[in-house]
Amino acid sequence: MPKSNVVLVSVDSNSVLKGAKYFKNLFQQLVDEYKLSDFVEVLETGSFGVYKDGVIIAIYPEEVYYEIKDAADVKKVVEEHLLKGRRAKDLELDAELFTRKLSVEAKKVVEETRIVLRNAGVIDPTNINEYIARDGYMALAKVLNEMKPQEVVEVVKESGLRGRGGAGFPTGLKWEFTMKTDADQKYVICNADEGEPGTFKDRLIMEGDPHSLIEAMTIAGYAVGATKGYIYIRGEYYGSIQNIQKAIKDAYEYGLLGEDILGSGFTFHLAVRLGAGAYVCGEETALMESIEGKAGRPRLKPPYPPVSGLYSKPTVINNVETFVNVPQIILNGADWFKSIGTESSPGTKVFSLCGNIVNRGIVEAPMGTTVRDLIYKFGGGIANGKALKMVQTGGTAGTFIGPDKLDVPLDFDSMKNYGVSLGSGVILVIDEDNCAVDVLKNAMEFFEHESCGKCTPCREGTKMLVHMLNDISKGKGKREYLDAMKNIASTMLDSAFCGLGQSVPVPLNSMLNNFEAEFLKHIESKESPCGICKFEKPKKKLVKS
Amino acid sequence: MSKVKSLEDLMKIKEQALKELQMRDSKKKGKIVVAMGTCGIAAGAKDTLRAIVEALDKNHIVDVAVVQSGCMGLCEVEPTVEVRMEGQDPIIYGHVTPEQAERIVKQHVIEGKVVSDLVVRKGEV
Repeated sequence: MPKSNVVLVSVDSNSVLKGAKYFKNLFQQLVDEYKLSDFVEVLETGSFGVYKDGVIIAIYPEEVYYEIKDAADVKKVVEEHLLKGRRAKDLELDAELFTRKLSVEAKKVVEETRIVLRNAGVIDPTNINEYIARDGYMALAKVLNEMKPQEVVEVVKESGLRGRGGAGFPTGLKWEFTMKTDADQKYVICNADEGEPGTFKDRLIMEGDPHSLIEAMTIAGYAVGATKGYIYIRGEYYGSIQNIQKAIKDAYEYGLLGEDILGSGFTFHLAVRLGAGAYVCGEETALMESIEGKAGRPRLKPPYPPVSGLYSKPTVINNVETFVNVPQIILNGADWFKSIGTESSPGTKVFSLCGNIVNRGIVEAPMGTTVRDLIYKFGGGIANGKALKMVQTGGTAGTFIGPDKLDVPLDFDSMKNYGVSLGSGVILVIDEDNCAVDVLKNAMEFFEHESCGKCTPCREGTKMLVHMLNDISKGKGKREYLDAMKNIASTMLDSAFCGLGQSVPVPLNSMLNNFEAEFLKHIESKESPCGICKFEKPKKKLVKS
Repeated sequence: MSKVKSLEDLMKIKEQALKELQMRDSKKKGKIVVAMGTCGIAAGAKDTLRAIVEALDKNHIVDVAVVQSGCMGLCEVEPTVEVRMEGQDPIIYGHVTPEQAERIVKQHVIEGKVVSDLVVRKGEV
């Protein structure tokens, strides 16, 4: 019998750390205790896209959101809301947070547009039927029944979908190259090794809507003629791994993976491979090396994956977010997709809002949304009433911008046109209490740590950069360091072996150019305006008596 | 789980699952509120609630939400059930046994006729 009330507990990994699983069980226990189990169903769901101090739950059909911080809150919600039918007002969250509207221009009101996240926080990700209820696997059925592989590639190409991992390469072209390469075996890989600091969108997609990825990869397999696929998930993503594995198992049981899918004769197998925590394995060729069981080191390109990828066979490799767009494009058409976003970058982007911002979380907005809107309209502004100092867009390999560039519309061309990178969609907000030197040092230490050591420019370059920044932060910096750092960075851009080293100049140059004054203060007047950098006291001279 | 062999099989699963999902939807054309205060429960509101949910399910009504509330102050006529259909005054019924509940769903919700012999109060309070 269907039940009248549903309690949805968000169990993405952040919430789990705050006790979501425990709260969920407690809800179930109390519901049983009060003999409400005939009417109330307690389910798990993905992230609601909003982060508070506690775990967020929703109760349907009333659509009320509560923030749960401890066991007493659970008891209160059960007793007040479920048993007595009153709102537990002090725990209730503003429902507007979850249906945020945003005016992009004076007249045009744009809502948060959900393509990729349309099921996250709505369905139970471990229940394949709920995914099917929301048009799940319908795109796959359409592709297998009505379309030739060539037609699928054409639709994706026509839609203008570009890779959401950061580089923005046209997905349709990738598929076309792979389709046109002759081989006895081809592969589809999903790059779910989400390692860009501050990015957590793929995790929330996989946790909240795992079947959409499976469906999309199967479609890709059909389009390019591949029969095997791998999802390479970073090993720390326990929730994603668990949900994806359960989803693959259920899809096999329904025959939506395996042989003769939906009676079409098409065969596709899918398996999960786990990363072991190396940032460089997010680089596609290093990732393939890792799947093959070798050390995760990048390969020389060309040949590119569509010609010679996994096990030297033609391979399509896309990011999670990129793939998840595909079923919706198949169902709604390329024109529908192009009507969202900007001309050069159609569709939406899932942004990860983090740092000193009020509403940390993810938001899916049309391409071309400005940094200002993301921070102030969706993100609720700067935390603790502080002033904004800078924003890093696009992840650690992205650009640092000052408050003067907040009105740049973000898409794949904003780097070329305005020097603001979109990258993987991170919006890292940094307030006035942070020091530019310290922030940059932090970023460079990350690159130094993650450099695989295969090529000299990256291995030694990152080391030198950290060394110089360390000196500057201790008041031992020299004026020449600024030019020297830019010099090293441009050498890395020209000669580093893979994207890791090549991307170092982006954060470095943008920081040095936009915040030069602060670096000069550290170097020349030996002072740290924010008081973060602790300068070493000059050694006392020995005075002969 | 049996294998999904064709689009038709897939559609069947979709229809069934959609029905269950729609129970959660807040955008419905009507709402049935069952008072579940201590007085209501003591008078048998739980059976009433169950009967309402079953009756809606049996008649394939998915756009009416069933909500529980506290005591609405009409303890003597519990179990009470409030029916709010879009564009109509809310009606409060009293002494709603499971059998009467089924009648309410059939007459009021489906046919749109108020079950006059059970009405306790009409209009907004």
